[in-house]
Amino acid sequence: MTINAVKREIPDYIEGYGKVRHYEGAFARKPEGAIAGAKLRCFNSDITDKRVSSVKEAIKASGLKSGMTVSFHHHLRNGDYVVNMVLDACAEMGIKDLTLFPTALFGVHKKVIDHIKSGVVTRIMGSVNGPIGQLVSEGGMEVPVVLRSHGGRPRAVMAGDVHIDVAFIGAPTADKYGNICGTLGKSACGSLGYAFTDADYADKVVVITDNLVDFPAAPVSIPQTKADIVVEVPSIGDPAGIVSGTTKVTRDPLRLLISRYASQLIEASPYFKDGISFQTGAGGIPLAVTAFMKEAMIRKGIKGGFGLGGITGYFVELLREGLVSKLMDVQSFDLDAVKSIGENPNHIEISADWYANPWNCGAAVNMLDVVILGATEVDTDFNANVNTEADGALLHGTGGHQDTAAGAKLTIIAQPLLRGRIPCVTDSVYNVTTPGEVIDAIVTEYGVTINPRRKDLLDAVSGVKDLPIVPIDELAARARKMSGPTDPVKTTDRIIGVVEWRDGTVIDVVRQLKK
Amino acid sequence: MRRTMLYLPGNNPNMLTKGHLFGSDGIILDLEDAVAMVEKDAARILVSRYLKQGEFGNVEVTVRINGIDTEFWKKDLEAVVPMKRLDGIRAPKVDSAETVKILDEEISRLEDKYGVPQGKLKLFCLLETAKGILNAYEIATASPRIAAIIPGGEDLRADLRTERSMDGTELEWARRFVVFAGRAAGVDPLDTVFSRVTDDEGLRKETEFIKQLGFAGKSIIHPNQVRIIHDVFNPTEAEIAKAQKILAAAKEAAERGQGAVTVDGKMVDMPVVKRAEYVLVRAGLA
Repeated sequence: MTINAVKREIPDYIEGYGKVRHYEGAFARKPEGAIAGAKLRCFNSDITDKRVSSVKEAIKASGLKSGMTVSFHHHLRNGDYVVNMVLDACAEMGIKDLTLFPTALFGVHKKVIDHIKSGVVTRIMGSVNGPIGQLVSEGGMEVPVVLRSHGGRPRAVMAGDVHIDVAFIGAPTADKYGNICGTLGKSACGSLGYAFTDADYADKVVVITDNLVDFPAAPVSIPQTKADIVVEVPSIGDPAGIVSGTTKVTRDPLRLLISRYASQLIEASPYFKDGISFQTGAGGIPLAVTAFMKEAMIRKGIKGGFGLGGITGYFVELLREGLVSKLMDVQSFDLDAVKSIGENPNHIEISADWYANPWNCGAAVNMLDVVILGATEVDTDFNANVNTEADGALLHGTGGHQDTAAGAKLTIIAQPLLRGRIPCVTDSVYNVTTPGEVIDAIVTEYGVTINPRRKDLLDAVSGVKDLPIVPIDELAARARKMSGPTDPVKTTDRIIGVVEWRDGTVIDVVRQLKK
Repeated sequence: MRRTMLYLPGNNPNMLTKGHLFGSDGIILDLEDAVAMVEKDAARILVSRYLKQGEFGNVEVTVRINGIDTEFWKKDLEAVVPMKRLDGIRAPKVDSAETVKILDEEISRLEDKYGVPQGKLKLFCLLETAKGILNAYEIATASPRIAAIIPGGEDLRADLRTERSMDGTELEWARRFVVFAGRAAGVDPLDTVFSRVTDDEGLRKETEFIKQLGFAGKSIIHPNQVRIIHDVFNPTEAEIAKAQKILAAAKEAAERGQGAVTVDGKMVDMPVVKRAEYVLVRAGLA
């Protein structure tokens, strides 16, 4: 056992995970060695059509066998048919013991539970939410799941921590030679940013499309040079689950209040000037913060630099109105974003590696001024938990939380003090996803709480009209008083989840719930 | 300042906990219209507990009790008057000085009984009938407790045998009359609620109108209305600068023993000085 830099007691070896490299600090670990790559392949002019007739044929041609690692991207979100389609085929073909390495899973992938129970899938490296999370939390898998951030995942692949045997890439549009486009077709999803690493580093890449077009497909996101096999299917997803309609700013007064405080904090910070870059995401509070920031930018005559991350129609509007000059888009959330990335050269598709990987020559998050994040809970050391719920069950993936927090100059966690009766500010979070070292402020309906590490920020916000400043201990005490005592989560010693920091060190572990 | 007084349903713990956070000048814990008959007792207990334990920051805290024509009003007062954090009572359907007298006597009796300083609790009177409006001045001067008079909305419309219109024509005269009565009596005239909670532009327009009439503020039913109303009532930076200039000039003139002075070519006399002082009050600078 070792106590790591966020005071968590972690074993030096975890069954099913291996030897632990302990977390030592947000920027402590430096890489060594060379990038781990995919197998070399050779296609000559005798192969001008990579199509096969079915998913099963594609699996067969890829050489996928029991015990291998398969990867998927999550751009089709809750409309995705690809994961279920491939795993069902694997099950029918008698392939077992697979490691599932998705960029994220959604409710639509509930069927994975059947494949876990039947032994088709024996290991998951990626987010497990909803019913899959519950199953894993109750000990439903033999080996622990490994949770990595959006930047930690490409890092793990490039460092050789994970090797992808076969990547299955759902393609809204493709041609017979494997050029892929995300912005066209009935299942258009916009950016394909999360699929790039898989296309680059998998031994075999299978392109699954429901919109086969004449060669060459254009515009190209992922080129033919990465694709081994192409298969056409009737549908790769349900458009209603892939993209939402136009995202509207919330009218919930509590969320608006929190958003206004967050916006006031940003406005008072030294970063609120021409060229400001920000990532705010698609949730209710982040979107409202963007709306308030827009008001403030117009009021003060400030023009922003770039908007980053998951892009919504609201960001597209900022781009059109000249309030940001570029959008760097790793995931397009709604129809407006999908349309814009297809048409506007200032709306740039970026890979997860480009977005957030700590081990390359500089990710986009490094250039970020401000990020607004949520969390299920934060503690008096400003550590944030996004992976587990108050009942101790794995519920959310890490997403870009760690990466943007580490990169941005101002990282804000904005959320209500309580959700129902559950306090969101505690003395010690159940699990650490992101260390307080990289979190600068918490914003609740009670005001702004600044990490004492950031005295400069505290000075900047002191005296701002109508912006209450609440010390962290006072905030935690208030949450405690309002929620009353809560029973601690009861767990066994068995580790069912490993939370990696973006550099591949283990920042925390999740233990099996006692039934 | 009473630019905004936010109604919070007395049977909703979530709203009672968080209602004071939205920046309104006052909150009204409602035991009357927001609470169904079967929940009257439960709401009264809840509101009483919140007044005892709850934190409400710096806002003015009032409770709207049930009307004196109901069986609840005495129980309502008994439950809330002893609570330290209470600043006043909002009474519905006040239509004469006699109603004020009845309320005043009961509140005084309870203040004595519970050791609350005599006269501490202010009275906010809702004038919800034609008779109440016509008696506005008499009501506003019936007790030193009176802090504000407020024209009714829906109840008044019903009493007038009319309906709600988009521009509020039916309430126009009552509004003007309440402003006159309130200002004559030296109490705040406060406007009724604006019920279309998603119509931000409509609210802004109505607030500009009632501010121009002379109202000191508005009752509100949704936290999102606070900011819009404050935007209208808050003086602009130019207005503040002008007010400060006027007051400086007036002070200087007074020190030199002069009466009226001129600022930017306009004569500054007492009414102008008073208005300038009021601008700074509204800006939170005085």
